[in-house]
Amino acid sequence: MDGLFDLDLTLRLLQLDFVRGALVAAALLGILAGVLGPLIVSRNMAFAVHGTSELSFTGGAAALLLGWHVGTGAIVGAVLAALVLGLLARRSADYDSVIGVVLAAGLGAGVLMLWLYKGRASNKFGLLTGQIVSQDFASLALLAGCVVGVLAVLAVIYRPLLFASVDPEVARARGVPVKVLNPVFAVLVGIATALGVQTVGALLVLALMVTPAAAACRVTSSPLRATLLAVLFAELAAVGGIVLSLAPGVPISAFVTVISLVIFLVCWVLGRVKVSGRAAVAAPRPAVR
Amino acid sequence: MTVHRDAPAHPAPASAPDRGEPVLSVRGARLAFGGRVLWRELDLDVRAGEFVAVLGPNGSGKTSLIRVLLGSQQLTAGTVRVGGAPAGTNRRIGYIPQQRAVDSTLSIRGRDLVGLGIDGHRWGMGFRGMRERRRRVDEAVRSVGAQAFADRPIGLLSGGEQQRLRVAQALVGDPDVLLCDEPLLSLDLAHQQAVSRLIETRRRTAGTAVLFVTHEINPVLPLVDRVLYLVDGRFRIGPPDEVMTSETLSYLYRTDIEVLRVRGQIHVVGARAGLCEEDPHHHPHDGPHDGRS
Repeated sequence: MDGLFDLDLTLRLLQLDFVRGALVAAALLGILAGVLGPLIVSRNMAFAVHGTSELSFTGGAAALLLGWHVGTGAIVGAVLAALVLGLLARRSADYDSVIGVVLAAGLGAGVLMLWLYKGRASNKFGLLTGQIVSQDFASLALLAGCVVGVLAVLAVIYRPLLFASVDPEVARARGVPVKVLNPVFAVLVGIATALGVQTVGALLVLALMVTPAAAACRVTSSPLRATLLAVLFAELAAVGGIVLSLAPGVPISAFVTVISLVIFLVCWVLGRVKVSGRAAVAAPRPAVR
Repeated sequence: MTVHRDAPAHPAPASAPDRGEPVLSVRGARLAFGGRVLWRELDLDVRAGEFVAVLGPNGSGKTSLIRVLLGSQQLTAGTVRVGGAPAGTNRRIGYIPQQRAVDSTLSIRGRDLVGLGIDGHRWGMGFRGMRERRRRVDEAVRSVGAQAFADRPIGLLSGGEQQRLRVAQALVGDPDVLLCDEPLLSLDLAHQQAVSRLIETRRRTAGTAVLFVTHEINPVLPLVDRVLYLVDGRFRIGPPDEVMTSETLSYLYRTDIEVLRVRGQIHVVGARAGLCEEDPHHHPHDGPHDGRS
């Protein structure tokens, strides 16, 4: 483990084109994850995101086996999964178990397809744990296009979506098409998840999609500030994770998850301090008329 | 608490109901879950500026009536129109839902909830008019006396504090119709009066029609134009003086009920004590079928 934080090697590797490509990919992904994250958290969709990422792994594995573009396969898998999950009622009793069933089946099918694939071994592992060499120019263009597309749709539906996420009953009363927004948002999450799968891998997409937003929500309750913080945290985790993983050559996901976990723990402590401070202030307050 | 709301920017839309035309119209309505009929042949018109209280015991379909008006519950028979349009399509509705605990982890401030009442249904980012939006949110927060806690996470507020923000959220949207489901629940007397006054001011100045589901008529008795009293599929509609009588309630409950008027308040005394006026907490759901649609 000598080379774990070899600065010279890291700087040399940063000169390489594919590394820079990976950094751009991570930065784009960080924006997407940070913007979607707070909505995912307020809709309690972490498990759905995990399920979607496993299905995106399945789609990628299928594409690999069939000789198609892996990134496209991952997106198709994730969007299909997201649509199915998005059409289920969010609060229905069997929502959780349905995700579990779909997730397990998808993962199993993906593993089978990887086993059937006779190509390079690193490609097999990459979908699960993430790798930067998978970011060729075509993937990068696809990524950029998807980021712009998702952000554009989000810009249009953001307010009703926030309304439907935090206050569905009144949102419905005010004419927000809650039932339409659910699958639309699920598809946006599906696309972002599929892109995340190619960087941090299917197993750890949550580290980018959920952890930064969960951390942000610990320290602020303003939707705008939570979004900005989540973007910042996701960038730190994604870009920082890649830079740190260069020299030792470990899978990116290891460092991405460590960074986002540390950020979450710090925010969690800050949030506790804030709440208890507030309680101390509020306690002696006389009943206000 | 004084409420001064200058006549709101209220460019009367084409569908603006004038005094004569009912804002809410329920015709021959029947609502049944399985074999159980909550109410049938219900005709109810509410005109602009009118305050209608909906009373009745648990499970008599009070909340279901609101859900029908919101379009989230289909009638078994009959028609319902809100502001001249089918239920569920009119956006000039203010809705104060029955209080239930907000998820304490919900990361949103009280003022954000109020702001969603202004433009939460609009597409786009709404960067224009941010200053005006902020002013309206501030004013609405002030009108319910919520300045002290409007910037805290809504999940950490008490039930009464959340309720006041709900009232602000419903009123800030400049509604033609206000549908309130037990809006005074968990408010102390002072805040009950403050909230009632706000709703009263709103309907006087803007002609908003108010449908007010409540288990306790006394706090709003001076404001009530008409009462809709629902019991076991039977109902009566009329001014409080006509409906809140021993004869009418005895008919509705099919048992001896005595209605006493004490110092301008109405007290209902019956064989089944507390059959309508007490214990609001015993009905988290109205009607046997509260499945979210």
